[in-house]
Amino acid sequence: MADTVSETGHEAYGPLASIDAITAGLGEVGYISTREISTAVFIAHNLRKPILIEGPAGVGKTDLAQSLARFLRTPLTRLQCYEGLDESKALYEWKYGKQLLYTQILKDRLNEVLGDAETLEALTGRLGDFEDIFFSHEFLEPRPLLKAMQQPGGSVLLIDEIDKSDEEFEAFLLEVLSDYQVTVPEIGTISAQVPPLVILTSNNVRELGDALKRRCLHLHIGFPDAAREREIVRARVPGVADTLLKQLVAFVQSLREADIKKRPSISETVDWARTLVLMHADALDEDLVRNTLNVLLKYESDIAAMDRDLGKLARSAAQPETKGRTRSGYPDLS
Amino acid sequence: MSTERTLTDFVRALRSAEVDVSPAEAIDAARAMALVGYEDRARLKEGLRPVLAKSRADEEAYDRLFDLFFSRRAPDTSDTGGALGEDDENGEDQATREAGEAPDLLELSEADDETAIAMAMERAGREANIDNIRFSTQTAYFAQKMMQALGVERLETRLLDKLQEHTPQGDAEAERLIEARRDMLGRAREHVERQFEVFGAGETQRFREEFLAEKRISALDRSDMYRMQVLIEKLAKKLAVKYSRRRRKKNRGQLDIRRTLRRNAGLGGVPMELHWKQKRRDRPKIICICDVSNSVARHVRFLLLFLHGLREVVPDMRAYAFSARLGDVTDWLDTDGFEAAMERIVREFGMGSTDYGQAFSDMKVGHWNEIDRRATLIMLGDGRSNHGDPRTDLFREASARAKRTIWLSPEPEALWGTGDSELLRYKPYCDTLAVISTLKDLERAVDDVLAGYV
Repeated sequence: MADTVSETGHEAYGPLASIDAITAGLGEVGYISTREISTAVFIAHNLRKPILIEGPAGVGKTDLAQSLARFLRTPLTRLQCYEGLDESKALYEWKYGKQLLYTQILKDRLNEVLGDAETLEALTGRLGDFEDIFFSHEFLEPRPLLKAMQQPGGSVLLIDEIDKSDEEFEAFLLEVLSDYQVTVPEIGTISAQVPPLVILTSNNVRELGDALKRRCLHLHIGFPDAAREREIVRARVPGVADTLLKQLVAFVQSLREADIKKRPSISETVDWARTLVLMHADALDEDLVRNTLNVLLKYESDIAAMDRDLGKLARSAAQPETKGRTRSGYPDLS
Repeated sequence: MSTERTLTDFVRALRSAEVDVSPAEAIDAARAMALVGYEDRARLKEGLRPVLAKSRADEEAYDRLFDLFFSRRAPDTSDTGGALGEDDENGEDQATREAGEAPDLLELSEADDETAIAMAMERAGREANIDNIRFSTQTAYFAQKMMQALGVERLETRLLDKLQEHTPQGDAEAERLIEARRDMLGRAREHVERQFEVFGAGETQRFREEFLAEKRISALDRSDMYRMQVLIEKLAKKLAVKYSRRRRKKNRGQLDIRRTLRRNAGLGGVPMELHWKQKRRDRPKIICICDVSNSVARHVRFLLLFLHGLREVVPDMRAYAFSARLGDVTDWLDTDGFEAAMERIVREFGMGSTDYGQAFSDMKVGHWNEIDRRATLIMLGDGRSNHGDPRTDLFREASARAKRTIWLSPEPEALWGTGDSELLRYKPYCDTLAVISTLKDLERAVDDVLAGYV
């Protein structure tokens, strides 16, 4: 079995040798990974499969791709999906303007090229040669997908919010993702020398097709537990004091259990921590929370709904003792 | 290759729980297994999860099954398992030979060696083809088959011999044998029950759901309600997936001149890049007018639950309830949670004698503007209006304003127009008039409504 997976490709991906190495490496560039995430990356790399990451907004789906690129010191190619995205914007395009300009400039020389041809056949033959020049790499504008294939030292390809794209585009991706090659009719098939590490993210705006899901590994990133969230905030907001850190994470964790429209994500926690540090706070109190709540909650109705319980939540978050358990009932590992 | 046998078994277990694993994914799983190794259970679990479980629901089933499946398998039993698996089908003499090799049941029971027992159980289970278990009622049968595979016949022969000796030692020995048999039978049953959880529970669940979906809504017990709710959510999700697709349609062949000129301005107006006119599809909008008098309340409940589960696809849903007077209950569904909202709806609108005419005129006064050419009007009721004026004129007007009008009746066709039923008078103004007596009917009706927007 082992020999089928041993050809793990390019040296650029060397650092992905083991699960622990991935966790450590990601940690160095500021991404606090879990074993689940690292394992998925490890398997994806070895099986040469894309990873499809699902989860609520702001839990670090996109960030994982960016951190991986930083960790591997490879370029990151990002393809943001949206409704109406098509091949010409994702894969390649001909540089029409340049082609047009060149023909204009070359117009005068055209007679010289064609001048001595006698028959119509010879003329079209010459013109045909000419045409090939115009549809060559010179005039090819690589878009993210092609660009990622062309990286000689490997790369990380991030296809962000795939659920926002159309079904046709999803189907088109299948070829790219399973063979790591693209076909340009005028030139031929271009295959990647070093397959990129592909990461797709989805916010579940629509359900993705089965075919795509089967070709990808699936990873769900949810909200972190308190211990991991503390680590993340500490990594992202170096100036935060320990007591404040504990309290603010506890508060956010309890907020997530409330019945609100949009639960705060890690990115909101980090923003909030930054805000509090800027305000020189070193502990939570009710007023402070009330004044800065709009950083955490993005809907007016949510803010209004939480307003009543704010004092209670802030107080219980400020209490250091939670008897070794987080409010969500999971054992506190830190 | 024994690990592969284990893996294929696991994949089968997943499939039985509606986690569809394709052969390609099974191969990936084998490769992933080779990568992360078999020894560390937690590592294996995390290594296989991204390969085998492709959605949140899949992940839940995966986690549950993984624990069940691998808890019963000591890692070293797989070798013997694999060897045995190959010669299942050789009939009786094979079985007796096997039995000869199998450890003595009495020794096994009394030695208290858990590993040895687990191994023996595993082997007997394989021989009894226990993976085929589908229903919990088969437990006794499979336990019996396992006992045979374990060599219970030999034990029983010995037991008979001892009993016939009529000596104190013989009796004592017999006691021990009986005890051993009881012990092993208990363990075998346990083993079968665990196996059922792994391989059969999904199947049973599916069977039960199938049955529920085709049971008459009016004949459902209180105890079915919870399961019904889960089932409806599942069906709603299925429909949501079906209709959550793209809403824009290219009208190929019709050039969008304005956009094309604009996009090609940089190329000297040479139209290199063409743009076609696009047609936007309507977003579904559903206006639901429900009769919540006693006879229909339960159907209303399921219809609303269904539509509630579809709110991702149908963000624009208005619900009105009436028996005598009509009122807007949409917001209750959003704020109160479904159960509480339903109770409140029935409490506030469910009393009083049904009056369709009054309901339509209330609708006209308060909410007529909601009915527009984008909206599908769903009427749910039996059309029994207590001989009041049915106000078909108003219904006709509403039907003309709406994109489509669908009437769902819980009463069978034979009863339409009998007694105070005005259904036949409303019928000409409905695009569809359908009977819903089971959940299947309901699903079909909602499917039909959504299909109008594709």
